[in-house]
Amino acid sequence: MAFYSEKVMNHFQNPRNVGEIKDADGIGEVGNPVCGDMMTFYIKVKDDKLEDVKFKTFGCGAAIAVSSMVSEIAIGKTLEEAMNITNAMVAKELGGLPPNKMHCSNLGATALHKAIEDYKNKQKEKK
Amino acid sequence: MREVYFENHSNTKLDEQIFAEMLPFLKENYGNAQSMHSLGNKSKDAMENARKQAASLINCKEGEIYFTSCASESNNLAIKGIAKANQLKGKHIIVSSIEHFSVLYSARRLGQNGFDITYLPVDKYGFIYPEDLKKAIREDTILVSIQHANPEIGTIQPIEEISKIVHQRGILFHTDAVCTAGVIPVDVNKSGIDLLTLSGSQFYGPKGAAALYIKDGIKITPQIDGGIQENGRRAGTENVPCIVGFGKACEIIKKEMESNYKKVINLRDRLIQELPKAIDFVYLNGPIEKRLPNNVNFSIEFVEGEGMFLFLDQRGIYLSSGSACTSKSLKMSHVLSAVNIDPALGQGSILMTLSKYNDDQDIDYFLYEFPSIVKKLRNMSPLYSYFEKTGKRHAAGPGTDYEHEEAHHEKEVCE
Repeated sequence: MAFYSEKVMNHFQNPRNVGEIKDADGIGEVGNPVCGDMMTFYIKVKDDKLEDVKFKTFGCGAAIAVSSMVSEIAIGKTLEEAMNITNAMVAKELGGLPPNKMHCSNLGATALHKAIEDYKNKQKEKK
Repeated sequence: MREVYFENHSNTKLDEQIFAEMLPFLKENYGNAQSMHSLGNKSKDAMENARKQAASLINCKEGEIYFTSCASESNNLAIKGIAKANQLKGKHIIVSSIEHFSVLYSARRLGQNGFDITYLPVDKYGFIYPEDLKKAIREDTILVSIQHANPEIGTIQPIEEISKIVHQRGILFHTDAVCTAGVIPVDVNKSGIDLLTLSGSQFYGPKGAAALYIKDGIKITPQIDGGIQENGRRAGTENVPCIVGFGKACEIIKKEMESNYKKVINLRDRLIQELPKAIDFVYLNGPIEKRLPNNVNFSIEFVEGEGMFLFLDQRGIYLSSGSACTSKSLKMSHVLSAVNIDPALGQGSILMTLSKYNDDQDIDYFLYEFPSIVKKLRNMSPLYSYFEKTGKRHAAGPGTDYEHEEAHHEKEVCE
């Protein structure tokens, strides 16, 4: 049996929403290269909804697929809905991840939440 | 699609001539080599012939070859067997920090059971410092085990010099020659080796048979008890078909070694010279001189090994990586850690090991496919975009062109 599910391989090979948003409303980063995985998420917010989500990821196949899946789920969601996306949900959507990848590579939702918090903090500063 | 196999340190392809030699012992010659009847004798004779062939490869007496199931077993027998048999003399053992896990874990196990283990450090190319070895030797040292060459970064240790140092102090010397036996000349007499591990699956023989050379007169305690096989030092029904294949592999490789050497070293040098021209920011791991002729290990900066590995796999190119993500333990290779590579660079390492079945077209195909893979992954990499924007690295350190660069390179802790 292959190490990754078909869905993981699909997202790994053709990741959705790779890139950066120049005038992003929020940026969230998790992990570090020493551990092998690092994800940066960029969000654009309009009317309390995620109008656009982009990411850059350094990491294994699972880390890239997770980032791609998170971005796909999150676009169009309200901030509150997006904050309810969990890493476990993302893994489930991908048809499961190998057990040893569940912890280290499955940080996409965390990175997204950090970007939303960054956005909220910036909003507070403006007020 | 073309298939390119670059993982020959893990296992080589079985040579057809060797398979043909094994076949009768999987079919009609099925007798147990210890049986007294004629069918048993056929197996016994074939096995003793294989012993001669193996002895001839490393220049020892046939009675000094002990067959095992794999190199890990040979290493376990060497380390634990010598420790057990000599523990009244002392309980100190010295190994290098870049040994195979079958040596390191055997030593660690002994360490949990009253032995004292010294792990020798290595320099940035993977060489041990002979001075360190001299200093590490104590009155109660009974064994030094240092590999002949490293499978990951190709470093060939100065085993003759090591052997002299060890023997001046009357200590036994074991070397794991899995990467060198059948690849470069190995001569236990000339090099002064007491115990040596070799495996036929590294030179076109089958998995399932390996050997430990044990010099005459050395005491060793068996690690598998229960029979008279292998002179009472390794019990268990002998795997005759694989042992026959192992012997044949030794015989063939003795004749082919020189031509294989020329072939793989040319391919290796093509990769070492041409990869840095095809891709920016790549760094060779391990030495240039005193390197295995079939070993290439590069770190590709800003990308992680598993991503490269998966894309290459889909293009039919099979190799391995020292990254944490590709190891089942999720730890970066202990060898790359020991040579003190920048951890981010370690994550981007790829290892290619060559065999006589590789050719120039394999190298062409790899050099054609690989740059676009790296480009794709770099375009996804936050480390690369940070570098492109700022000219700085998130983490740069030993091994890069930018060792002097002041990067915020704190010791980061992985959860």
